[in-house]
Amino acid sequence: MQMNRRSVLGVFGGAATVAAIGLPVGLANATPEDTMAKIKEFAGDKEPQTGGKLTLNTPEIAENGNSVPVGVSVESAMEGDDMVEEIMILAEGNPNPDVVTFKFSELSGEAIAETRMRLAKTQDVVAVARMTNGDIHMAKAPVKVTIGGCGG
Amino acid sequence: MASKPRVKLPKSASAGEIITIKTLISHEMESGQRKDKNGEVIPRQIINKFTVTFNDKTVFEADIEPAISSNPYFEFAVKVPESGTFKFTWVDDDGSVYETEEAIEVA
Repeated sequence: MQMNRRSVLGVFGGAATVAAIGLPVGLANATPEDTMAKIKEFAGDKEPQTGGKLTLNTPEIAENGNSVPVGVSVESAMEGDDMVEEIMILAEGNPNPDVVTFKFSELSGEAIAETRMRLAKTQDVVAVARMTNGDIHMAKAPVKVTIGGCGG
Repeated sequence: MASKPRVKLPKSASAGEIITIKTLISHEMESGQRKDKNGEVIPRQIINKFTVTFNDKTVFEADIEPAISSNPYFEFAVKVPESGTFKFTWVDDDGSVYETEEAIEVA
């Protein structure tokens, strides 16, 4: 991590505030570990595959973190064993990593969905899909955010 | 809080055709992370659930978190087996339910 005067101030200022109101440090922002825990909860015992079956579409650079388009899709027949049950989207660097979970059905025809999300800062966005046969697919994409989307 | 749900889909389709549906609803999606000018946290109020049914069968659902932008937008696919009615439902944190319906004709 690059340190400059501003980020040093931010880190210590933030830690002091958190300590002052008696919360454990680390509660303020999600960490990649929180995200990993969420993925584990979603995937169960299965190891996520990163073979590219799940496509995650995000812009490389988001000028406005308040509204960042995000699309997910999985190649599948959407029938029987080869069907997508759920796709979860997570943002590692937001105060809370959860973004949205899409649930599909046989009437979906195609496992594809798009929405717009908030990103607090430059970070990795993660999508995880669970198939009816239990397989887990994962994709990750970095998004550079120029103006953060957490208000205040 | 919310108003005017808007839904865009074709009026007709052939049997088994996969169509794209786009939906948008006006809502602030207050994340619960922001503070007002007195430094008080503005309480969270978002749409936390979006459901789509076709002839009373669930087609598509979204569990929504505060990281979804204001005026939540969703785009997704549906395979249309027969003529019928789509029902779209948005559920607010305060318990309000916003609904709209659209019919589709299968030739």
